[in-house]
Amino acid sequence: MRHVIHILKKEFTGYFVSPVAYIVISIFLLVTGWFFFTPFFLYNWADLRSFFALLPTIFSFVVPAITMRLFSEEFNTGSYEILLTMPVTSWDVILGKFLAAVAFVSAMLIPTLAYPITVSFLGHLDWGPVVGGYIGAVLLGASFASVGLFASSLTRNQIIAFIVGMAICFSLTLIDKTLYFLPRELLGFLECLGAGFHFNNISKGIIDSRNILYFLSISFVALYGTHLVMQEKS
Amino acid sequence: MIHVENLTKYYNDLCAVDQIDFDIHQGEIVGFLGPNGAGKTTTLRMLTGFLRPTSGSIRVKDYTIEEHSLDIKKLLGYLPEAAPLYHDMLAYDYLNYVADIRKLEKQKKKSMIRKLAHLCGLNDVMHRPIGELSKGYKQRVGLAHAMMNDPEILILDEPTSGLDPNQIVEIREIIRQIGKEKTVILSTHILNEVEATCDRILIINNGKIVADGSMETIKRSGSGEYVISVSLKNAVSESVEKELGSIDGVIGVVAVNDDQNFLNVRLSCRSSDDLRGEVYRKIKQTDWVLLELHQETRTLEKIFQELTREN
Repeated sequence: MRHVIHILKKEFTGYFVSPVAYIVISIFLLVTGWFFFTPFFLYNWADLRSFFALLPTIFSFVVPAITMRLFSEEFNTGSYEILLTMPVTSWDVILGKFLAAVAFVSAMLIPTLAYPITVSFLGHLDWGPVVGGYIGAVLLGASFASVGLFASSLTRNQIIAFIVGMAICFSLTLIDKTLYFLPRELLGFLECLGAGFHFNNISKGIIDSRNILYFLSISFVALYGTHLVMQEKS
Repeated sequence: MIHVENLTKYYNDLCAVDQIDFDIHQGEIVGFLGPNGAGKTTTLRMLTGFLRPTSGSIRVKDYTIEEHSLDIKKLLGYLPEAAPLYHDMLAYDYLNYVADIRKLEKQKKKSMIRKLAHLCGLNDVMHRPIGELSKGYKQRVGLAHAMMNDPEILILDEPTSGLDPNQIVEIREIIRQIGKEKTVILSTHILNEVEATCDRILIINNGKIVADGSMETIKRSGSGEYVISVSLKNAVSESVEKELGSIDGVIGVVAVNDDQNFLNVRLSCRSSDDLRGEVYRKIKQTDWVLLELHQETRTLEKIFQELTREN
């Protein structure tokens, strides 16, 4: 467990040493800021619904960009060998890197707290959905981070890791929006697979164990997949 | 200390290491020698638990690699080829991180980092990013990394590759110092490196061990031929070749006149018996003046070429 913390610390500070972190954060804030405030003044609603509605789509791009280097860079420079010949287990490595990515996603969300604060000055804001939305955002970020981590463990090329991660995250986001094309018998099942569906439930302020379980199981499956890939490499 | 039996590694269909056995005892400095692609790195990677063997067993002390790979990793210090470190980190931060992973106490961590920085000559570069360091310094950071846990066994994969001659001498000096107390395994394809540092040599070719022993035993063993070199005065090459060639066991004689009119003779002999006495007795019967007679020791280069070409 102590190894996890050391790896987490190293990976997290690693983000801020390279310019990637700052670029990703600024793009994220720009995009969310633009899409949130443009309709905000038109509709005259004091809520964050449009911000949270966009989050799964934006995260599908941003989170894989955060996680793409976690394994690929180590494979590429060869430092993976140094890491694994120290007395750490593959789970130490996976959890350390995963939690670092989750911590980074959370850090990225902190500046967006400016939106609800601004809104609460302009009108009467219902904080319930906002709190739910942020909890959901962290869960969503965590499950996408685990998917991105899995994609990163597949290849030594960061760009491929990004594209694979983005493709998986994007499918999870879109699956409940493409239901018209799919056979009726599968609808209930496929709807439950969609990240957007579960995230919308939470961001309404309803914290249901099913939705939380969904995000946790996505994370678990992806992290276990990463574990299998690491076993395969040795 | 280390016991390896029937170790085999396949990469898909390619056999990289083919059923090798060896034992390494405490305090030895062992050199793995072999041409590129002979299986040195693969063997070392299996010893460190980075690669899983296809078959065979590795025991370090009482631990087996399948069940106790974590315990073995605690005993080992490993420097992979070309020291692939994290380029964004400062040397100091990196060593700190390694010390944390190796679970060093706070006080011990400080003194250990200071000690290693001194031993590896890192004091001037501690606060520079590793990516900006020269190859030699990277290698030294890698060495410091490998020694952070005060390992009982130190494994170094081509520790001097890509360094300039001065750096090579420095790194070798460090290795020799460490080797006084620890078991060191290093791989290389530079021959005088093992000659300069190692107690024992394992020559690997095509995934098989082709020679194992101290420098002397390896030099003595081998192809089944050795050379006696003789210098004579007052002799004619034809008669020398005829006379000495008639000795039982001599395979070939080459006699060359040098500029001072001495005759330098090289006798290739079968290694089963020592022929120096016979040669002397033969010369004594003639009126040649014997200036010099000695058995040539074979250089490691020669042995290496012979062993790795045959297969």
